[in-house]
This record gives sequence, C-alpha cells and structure tokens, in this order.
Amino acid sequence: MKILCKHKRMISVFLRRYHVGSRLLNFVVHAAAAVTVLVLGFLVAYIVVRGVPNLRPSLFALQYTSDNQSMLPAIINTCTMTVVSLLLAVPFGVGAAIYLTEYARRGSRLTRLVQMTTQTLSGIPSIVYGLFGMLMFNSALQLGYSMLSGALTLAIMILPLIMRTTQEALSAVPDMYREGSFGLGAGKLRTVFSVVLPSAMPGILSGVILAIGRIVGETAALMYTSGTVAKVAGLMDSGTTLALHMYKQASEGLYLNEAYATSVVLLALVLLINLLSAKAAKLMVKGRG
Amino acid sequence: MNSPNAFEVRGMNLHYGSFHALKNIHLDIPRNQITALIGPSGCGKSTFLRSLNRMNDLVEGCRIDGDIRMDGEDIYGKIDVNHLRKRVGMVFQKPNPFPMSIYDNVAYGPRTHGVKSKAQLDALVEKSLKDAAIWDEVKDRLKKSALGLSGGQQQRLCIARALAAQPETILMDEPTSALDPISTSHIEELALTLKDQYTIIIVTHNMQQAARISDRTVFFLLGEVIESGETEQIFSSPADKRTEDYITGRFG
Repeated sequence: MKILCKHKRMISVFLRRYHVGSRLLNFVVHAAAAVTVLVLGFLVAYIVVRGVPNLRPSLFALQYTSDNQSMLPAIINTCTMTVVSLLLAVPFGVGAAIYLTEYARRGSRLTRLVQMTTQTLSGIPSIVYGLFGMLMFNSALQLGYSMLSGALTLAIMILPLIMRTTQEALSAVPDMYREGSFGLGAGKLRTVFSVVLPSAMPGILSGVILAIGRIVGETAALMYTSGTVAKVAGLMDSGTTLALHMYKQASEGLYLNEAYATSVVLLALVLLINLLSAKAAKLMVKGRG
Repeated sequence: MNSPNAFEVRGMNLHYGSFHALKNIHLDIPRNQITALIGPSGCGKSTFLRSLNRMNDLVEGCRIDGDIRMDGEDIYGKIDVNHLRKRVGMVFQKPNPFPMSIYDNVAYGPRTHGVKSKAQLDALVEKSLKDAAIWDEVKDRLKKSALGLSGGQQQRLCIARALAAQPETILMDEPTSALDPISTSHIEELALTLKDQYTIIIVTHNMQQAARISDRTVFFLLGEVIESGETEQIFSSPADKRTEDYITGRFG
C-alpha cells in the first residue's frame, strides 16, 4: 500500500514536471467546453430575463391588434406551416432516399448527380429560397402571399436535409437484414418496408426533427412568400410564423419587449419539439429493438 | 420428382466480373441428406451455395451459365425467384434475426407468403420453434425482441425462421462459425434431426463437423470440385491427393 502511494505520487510529480504540453491541452479543452456552455447559458438567461417579465396573458389572445401584440396566431401558424411543409417534403425526401439506396445502382451517374444536387441545395442561403418562392409560387403560380407558398418554399428547402439523413439511415441498416429477408423469399418491396425502413426509423426521425427546427426558426424564406400578417391563417391566406413575427416586432423597434417575450416562447417551443421527438425516437426503438 | 436428387448441377460456371469463381461444376445433391461443402477460404463453396437459391443475383457483375436443376426444373430459367427462395431456405454465417419480436421474426416468412390467420400463424410459429429446438427457451417471451437472445439462440431462431417458410431444402453457410462449442453442438444435433424432412447443404470450415454430421462431402479447391462422395469414403480413403492433404490439415 505504502509503495503504491509512493508510486502514485511519483507519477503525479512526473506529470507535473514533464508534461506541460499535456496539461496545457487539458486546460484548453476544458476552457473551450466552459466557454461553449457559458455562451449558450448567457444567451438563454438573457432572453429569459428580458422576456419572461413581458409574458402577459394578453399576448396569448386569439386576436392580434397593434395595441395588443398577441403571438397566439403566429404560434398556430407555425404549427400549420410545420405540418404542411413536412407533409409536402417527407414523402418525396424519404421516397427519393429509398430509391437511391435500395433501387438505384450504387455509384451510378444518376445517384452521383442527385447526391451533388442535394449537397448544393443544402448550402444555398434561405433568402435565395425566399426569392425563388416569391417568383415561382407567389407570382408565376399566382398563389400570392399565402401559407401554401411559404410551405412549398420551406418544403423545397428541407427536402435535401430529409433526403440525406434518410439516405444515411438506410445505408446504416446492415445488409444481413436485407439478405435474411430475401433469403425467406420476400421481394424488394416487402424487404424495404418491413425490415429496412423500420430499422432506419430513428435515423429518419432525427432528420425530420432537424427539418422541424429549420421550419420553426426560418424567417428569410418566409418573408417574401407567406408574408407577415399576424392572424390565424388558412392555406391560401397570408400568415406569419413565430420567428417572423418576432423579427417584425424587433425590426420595427416599437415592440422590443414583446419581441423578447416571443423569443422565450420560440425557445420553449424548440426545446419542447426536441424533447418530444427524442422521446418518440426512444419509444420507437424500444418497441422494436 | 422421381430422381433421388434435390439438385442436379451440370457444367456450371460462375464469373464475378472477369474472375472465374466456379469452374465447370458437375454435382448431384441427394434429397433428405446432409451434404457438406468443404474447402479452404475463397474456394467458391459459399458462392456455390448461394447460387442454389440465387442469392448471387444480388451481387453486381455476377454471371452464371450452365445448368442447375431443382427437381428437374431449371432454377435460372423462367421461375419466380421469390418462390425459389421460399422453397430453398437459408441460414447465414452470422445470426441475423430482424430487429423485431421473436414471434414476428418467425412469422415473417409465412406472412410474406400470404398466411394471415392468427391461429395458423401461431401454430406455425410454435411448430417451427419446436423443430428448431428453441421453443422451451423462448415460449414465455415471444413478444420480446429477438436481439436479446444469445448468439446460439439467435442462430436457432434463424433456423426456425427459415423452417417457418416451409422450405424443402435448407442451405447453411457456416452456421456455427460465430458460435461457442455448446451452441455449435446444439445446431449440429438440430441438423441431424432435420434431415428427415429437409435436404440440408452446409458449408463448413470445420472438418470434424463435416465428418460428424454429413452423409456426403464435396471438396472444393480454387473454384473446382475436386472430389465428392460419401463422407466416410472421403475422410477414410480420399481418391485425390489434394483432398487428402486438405482433410489431414496439410493446407487450408
């Protein structure tokens, strides 16, 4: 025991004396982690401190007026926008990913082309999508400022994201599942839908969660397409989402306090979505795995 | 149907791209017997096995010519591949239960082939699990995930899953190479009881295994069948020097 203690002490002396670089690196990575947490913590705390005192029940009234900057219509519109965009984008994104990983020949020219396209699309700034949406849906297709143009624009924006995450999730499904299924006389369709897709579900879901995050947080792409009318909107009406609502409040400079209140709600909403979807993914894995 | 052979292979060649993997194979595989395919790694025995249920179709650049008949029917002719794979079940080297419940794993084959009635499925699942000698271990947790089973149990589950599709032949691709000795002996006993009802073709690296369980042995080397015959005869008095060298452990 005594010898062991002595041994330990010698090691620590050794470390202290000779491994300056290692101790420096240790300090640097700790500091980096601390700074990251601090920045995030400060941001959240700042928003909460500025926003929570301004959260009044009247901000959740069904009607928005310039006197009462109610955000309830924007919250409802955000939900509509999320659901419609996902309904438009998920079937195509998942479908395309299934085609590329399960049906198309691996490494063929078409797969590479689609791969490159999705990579390029995911790098385009959202304001460009907004401009395109305005010209395409609002003007050319004459949808005008409407939730539908907004949702169509967002759907195009999140399509590459959903496609890539789904593709990754599908490629991560071990080939031995596919072989097992084919070996039992199952066809391609049954193999994909009964074995491959369910196994890839958590991965696909995490792509959808990321997409929801982008939809809820998007402003630039919606400014020109869905517009900024703060009332509960149908598909063909112009309506603002929460993030855009907040942008408007803040940029006009008259409703800064309300903007902070809105940002608290936005923050809570994103947090809630993340928690819920993490739970959903866990349940899904538990039910099967 | 009158022939005693489940498979008759004549002048079969298989290429992967430009690689000639199987050369001019002539082979008869008798019904209701265990046929062991032995040979060093890369000699083509697994490839041969996989051409009997056309799993090689999934490999890009794989070409097969020659004649493979099952019950007199050309399996590379105009047949339904899915139906062929239902008739020729397969157990893989690594246990590969699907990430679903034990029950759903076994019911996968029958459901694929149109069995819908719950009572029928229940009966089939129970019978298959019993035939695969794993019923007693899993009967209380049929709804639990198959991934919670041990490796040996998983492999027997995979055998049950193959049996549930009601095949005539079962192909086993080194089914015990990933298992411990006790699980291995379980699988070997199982194979012996199953041969009354099924034709079994097993690829193995384990010479003792081939000698213990098989009725006939086929020795592959570099894509060719060097020798095939009664297991006893192959192991006691091989006709070819290379067979003797291999089974006595001089190479491989």
